[in-house]
Amino acid sequence: MNKRKDLLLAFKKSLAIMPGYIVVGIGFGVMMSDAGYSWIWCLAMCIFIFGGSMQYAAVGLLSGGASVLTTAIITLTIHARQFVYSLAMLDRYKGMGWVKPFLIFRLSDETFSIVSNESSLPAKVDRKTFYVGVTFFDEMWWIIGCVAGGLIGPIIPFDTTGVDFAMTALFIVIFIEQWRGNREHRPALTGLAVTFASLLMFGAEKFLIPALIVIISVLIALKKRIEKAEALKENRRTEN
Amino acid sequence: MINVPYSILLIAVMSGVSALLRFLPFIIFHEGRETPQIITYLGKYLPPALIAMLVIYCFKSVSIVSRPHGLPEFIAAALVAILHIWKRNTLLSIGAGTICYMILIQFVFV
Repeated sequence: MNKRKDLLLAFKKSLAIMPGYIVVGIGFGVMMSDAGYSWIWCLAMCIFIFGGSMQYAAVGLLSGGASVLTTAIITLTIHARQFVYSLAMLDRYKGMGWVKPFLIFRLSDETFSIVSNESSLPAKVDRKTFYVGVTFFDEMWWIIGCVAGGLIGPIIPFDTTGVDFAMTALFIVIFIEQWRGNREHRPALTGLAVTFASLLMFGAEKFLIPALIVIISVLIALKKRIEKAEALKENRRTEN
Repeated sequence: MINVPYSILLIAVMSGVSALLRFLPFIIFHEGRETPQIITYLGKYLPPALIAMLVIYCFKSVSIVSRPHGLPEFIAAALVAILHIWKRNTLLSIGAGTICYMILIQFVFV
């Protein structure tokens, strides 16, 4: 009974991801069909790669005839953040049993933004049901989008240029939600400032890995201060 | 027209590297081990920093120096932020922002 309620909550949370995923997924499918790949390839890439930015990059690699080494290096660059997401989910995914590999391999930017946002969860929710639900529904939206794009790509009647902005809009929304849910804003501000500086210094192709490294270093350097500030705020809250 | 064995090889490489990155932390800090305190701390405070990183990531290809100077992106992004702070309706914020952006780049800043 409660499990059904938790699944419903997971479904509602994934609805926020749906428009972005379907639209960006269709964009991917259209690109693939332009490159000569049918919807079966789209489906295979959803299952084996699973990652929007990586799948977009993959179209270019495949049609450009990239080497195995280049492909490995680009995957490493774009999916380095997956390593960090897994790091951040270590404790929360403890004791998940046989579904754990599924949760890990199907963790995307968007799923991460939901399952890592502790403050948006009701206290009574069954974590395992909720995590599996969000991960599963998000993946379904993504597959539906990618396959639909592969199928209808060649026959879309209007210009779809710019639909990929749905993903940007989604991250802005998630950022605002996170900001509201957290009392401590230094991590978010660090992320903004460091990534922006890294983009200016290293350019659009190479800024992600330096940004990740510096963000982690700054957060570690701020550890004492952030924990002290949180303890203070917690005290003030309980006193009032 | 497409080279099937080559395509499968490339997808396998991407899949393998991606899986390795995702599973490695869980292999290093397996469940039998106590998670180090610093990792628990990062688990709590990294997420908001990474979401912030993704917001910037979305604007990586925007050029401020050449026309239209990133105006469509910034107008649409501002609309999303204002709508969301005001109405707090995710579908509305994303839908309106995306349609606004499409109109801007297809009809206004052409």
